[in-house]
Amino acid sequence: MTIVAFLILFPFFAAVVLSQMKKPGKARDIFLYCCSALIIAAVIALTADTLTAGISRSYLIETRIWDRIILAGEFALMVLVFYYGFKFRKYYVVLLSAAQTVPIGWMELSGRSVEGEVHITVDNLTVIMCLVVGVVGSLICIYAVGYLKDYHRHHTEYRDRSPFFLSMLFVFLGAMFGLVFSASLTWMYFFWEITSICSFLLIGYNQSKIAVRNSFRALWMNLLGGLGFALAILYSSLVLHAADIQDLVFLGTAAGSRAVLTPVALLAFAALTKSAQMPFCGWLLGAMVAPTPTSALLHSATMVKAGVYLLIRLSPLLRANVAGVMVTTIGGFTFFAASLLAISQSDGKKVLAYSTVSNLGLITACAGVGMYEAVWAAILLLMFHAVSKSLMFLSVGAVENSTGSRNIEDMHGLIVRLPKLAFVMTVGIFGMFLAPFGMLIAKWAALKAFVDSRSVLLILFLIFGSAATLFYWGKWLGKLVPVIRQSERLPDTVHKDEWTAMWILTALVVLICVLFPLISTRLVQPELIQMFHIRLSAIIGTEDVRVMIMMLCMIIVLPAVMWVLTSINRKKVVPSYMAGVNEGDDRHFSDSLGQPRQMYLANWYMEDRLGENKILKPSLGISTAGLVILMIVAIGGAL
Amino acid sequence: MAWQRALGVLLFLVCAPFAGGLLGGLDRKLSARLQGRQGPPVLQPFYDVYKLFHKQTIVVNRLQDFLVGGYFIFSIFTGCLFFSGGDLLLAFFALTLAEIFLFMAACSANSPYSSMGAQRELVQIMSYEPMLLLAAIGLYMITGSFFIDQVADRGISAIAFLPGMFFGLVFVFIIKFRKSPFDISASHHAHQEIVKGLTTELSGSELGLVEVAGWYEDVLLLGLLALFILNRNPWSILAGVATGLACYFLLVLVDNLFPRVRWEKMLNWAWAVTLIFGGTNLLVLALVL
Amino acid sequence: MKLSKSPWVLHYDGSSCNGCDLEILDSTTPVYDVERFGVVNTGNPKHADIFLITGGINAQNAPVVKQLYSQMPDPKVVVAVGICACDGGVFKDCYNILGGVNKVIPVDIYVPGCAVKPEAVIDGLRKAAELLDQKQKQMKKKRAAARKEG
Repeated sequence: MTIVAFLILFPFFAAVVLSQMKKPGKARDIFLYCCSALIIAAVIALTADTLTAGISRSYLIETRIWDRIILAGEFALMVLVFYYGFKFRKYYVVLLSAAQTVPIGWMELSGRSVEGEVHITVDNLTVIMCLVVGVVGSLICIYAVGYLKDYHRHHTEYRDRSPFFLSMLFVFLGAMFGLVFSASLTWMYFFWEITSICSFLLIGYNQSKIAVRNSFRALWMNLLGGLGFALAILYSSLVLHAADIQDLVFLGTAAGSRAVLTPVALLAFAALTKSAQMPFCGWLLGAMVAPTPTSALLHSATMVKAGVYLLIRLSPLLRANVAGVMVTTIGGFTFFAASLLAISQSDGKKVLAYSTVSNLGLITACAGVGMYEAVWAAILLLMFHAVSKSLMFLSVGAVENSTGSRNIEDMHGLIVRLPKLAFVMTVGIFGMFLAPFGMLIAKWAALKAFVDSRSVLLILFLIFGSAATLFYWGKWLGKLVPVIRQSERLPDTVHKDEWTAMWILTALVVLICVLFPLISTRLVQPELIQMFHIRLSAIIGTEDVRVMIMMLCMIIVLPAVMWVLTSINRKKVVPSYMAGVNEGDDRHFSDSLGQPRQMYLANWYMEDRLGENKILKPSLGISTAGLVILMIVAIGGAL
Repeated sequence: MAWQRALGVLLFLVCAPFAGGLLGGLDRKLSARLQGRQGPPVLQPFYDVYKLFHKQTIVVNRLQDFLVGGYFIFSIFTGCLFFSGGDLLLAFFALTLAEIFLFMAACSANSPYSSMGAQRELVQIMSYEPMLLLAAIGLYMITGSFFIDQVADRGISAIAFLPGMFFGLVFVFIIKFRKSPFDISASHHAHQEIVKGLTTELSGSELGLVEVAGWYEDVLLLGLLALFILNRNPWSILAGVATGLACYFLLVLVDNLFPRVRWEKMLNWAWAVTLIFGGTNLLVLALVL
Repeated sequence: MKLSKSPWVLHYDGSSCNGCDLEILDSTTPVYDVERFGVVNTGNPKHADIFLITGGINAQNAPVVKQLYSQMPDPKVVVAVGICACDGGVFKDCYNILGGVNKVIPVDIYVPGCAVKPEAVIDGLRKAAELLDQKQKQMKKKRAAARKEG
């Protein structure tokens, strides 16, 4: 219990201290390092504790005072939204915020709310989420220390509000811990709202016009989700007398999922907004105006993961009903459409954003299938994605600070100019789409699960989406590797803090593909057995694991072998073939007047077929229509 | 059954290059005859590779060695996985890894022709990948396993349930075997608009490695077609080999009949065939099984 | 097995009138079918063993020919096809013509004619292929000698 309390409360404490440390300097850095280390240590202690002590524990039975504090907190959040809403004259957020907080407050104060037995639980899924939030999140905070120094050197036009920024990062972590530990829906909702508002504040960090616009977009979309959440709480409290998800699951298994369809559909709707599924992907795409640690945090460890976490919790209730169909269809479609959209993007962060949207779509679809194997895939996808994606974001941020651009076209030949960063980035990309690395293993399991559940539509989304995924990651990889003659190595201006975070994440990407069978048997499978009351053998057999470890070893050993082989037999190096008119530097050719002319190699973007202006609107339209219809069917059918 | 697996791998490692090279030679001979020429000797591919390994290797950079090596190792690894009765999906993933290595080798040269070839290769992979995965899914649906030895160990051949998938697979193999009309990234034929595309900057032993890896891959792909025919009856092995050869002949015929198309058409056709033939087959299976 | 069984060709048109180029193409047609001998027209110096040049050398293409030659891996053979490539032919005295191919790179085999006959091209290619074998032997000897010294 102490660890749990520590994990929820300590980040808030750290945030308060950080907001008061106005001067950047050694003291602040050391404090931040210590906080991150403490959080990581606590998470690891919690993991060890859970592994030894057994699977699920509950705390905080009688909590009147805490309930009141949380209610006060909710109103405080509403006031905060009111303040920003009136200040920037965005009255719709005021309306959205009032529409959800006031009814909840009325219900609580009038004593109509149902008191659940449990408010805090720890089980394996919580532990997995804590590992993701704690380890990846803390590493991002460490990275932020170095990153912000460069950020404000490059962007002198923005006011340096780094104390605020750093404290917000920790608030975020605290809210995430609170969210995953909460069993009670009301408590979860409170932390859910904190993450919404936190992300709003972080996206608007540099206060430029576009940042403000995008932050409000994030706010209204997430508040809309919050409204769904609030309605679900109202319905389950007033009609079903259920206070937490566990109650809903019991009800659903006892009386059939039809009885709980309405709150489940509403909660799923909230989760879809938070996980930036179409048609709500806009807020996540807009979030990249913020400094890189924000996007890394939102995309990999926190925020969007909160949505899929909720879906995974709900997954036993999503099996073979309309809510499940809604979640899988939207998720599968998002995976496919966002993968196609990523092809046309050249901005590194935007590709990452679309890739996040699409991968979360896959996790969503898996959770929506509501079967043992599918949820297994969803949980593993969640972990692998967090590690690889944070690494990608951090390395793109570092490249941007070093070269002044985050455009993929400008990363041409990065392997010569910034070899270490190129290496880290390559590992990240390999982790995102190639065997034997993480994401692919989970995708494979997802495919199996889709086939076993006979969901033809999902299978088709998955195979075509995967092909598109391969294309956009592949061409990014192709941009990194060109070895350009006579190009200079750039000075390594990346801070130590940033390297610490990136090297640890790189190691994690590789380690996690060796360790995943262990994670699966010790953490994921016990959780699933509890969730679905069945026991399945390993989804990916030991033989396959052995083969994959073999592949991993080959990839690691191969460079050394090749280096030795080529050192023995030195080969002649000649310029590339340019029809005989290479100027000798591989970058210029002689034109018909004998003048040197620059050659430029660009990737394919297929703008005219897959550009944002071609397919974004139709996909949003299709997904909105699908979502609205399925919501109506789900809720209308249940009522 | 460990010895069977070892035998499979050993046979593949030893025989596949010969079979693949011979097939390449037959292809060239057959194409020549279709054009009214005498054509090169059937053993020509072996002469070519022998020569490549005895020429000086010139490189554009040293990274290429590693990347081409990766392609070579992983293509063979894929084949071993397949012929030892391993997991079909994992084999496809290993094949993708191999392809990505070749793609990176072409990109690393920083040369206009090989970069263009590399980008086109990526479009090719994107075009055929869904059908490959779908074929694996189809086999899984009727046998309940992705393991090749279990897929082959059945009373009735898989093709009875998966005619659409089989057709789709043969169709995308036009891309995979680098046959016209879809040989846009690199062609077996001389002289094209982007020189040799993907392999423009590879020479000597590196090009030789790519050729040999290609032979291994060809045998693997024909093996995949044969897998649709295989069943418990030992004679089905013969039928499988015959089907593989017949399909190869068909591909050569197509190669000689059609002019090259643009990438949009390739992508559209490949995905349409996958969706119509593979997708329908999948739907029927999902409803029936 | 010998290198000569697989002579791959790079064909470069210097300042030819295209007569010889057509004859080279002719030699690949069904009537002559030079692929009988394993000849492939690669169009890529990095894959080629034999450098076929038609037409004379002028100021503009001299560096191109040199570069293409330098990008071919050893052993390699240069064949000058047609009288212009051999020594400049009728264009010899033009202000822009430097002369035959041997002005810029060493030529191994001269195939005269205006335009050359396909039979002559094939003959030249056969000779060039044999020369490849000889050059490879020399390369081996050189390498062995270097190893002894080293």
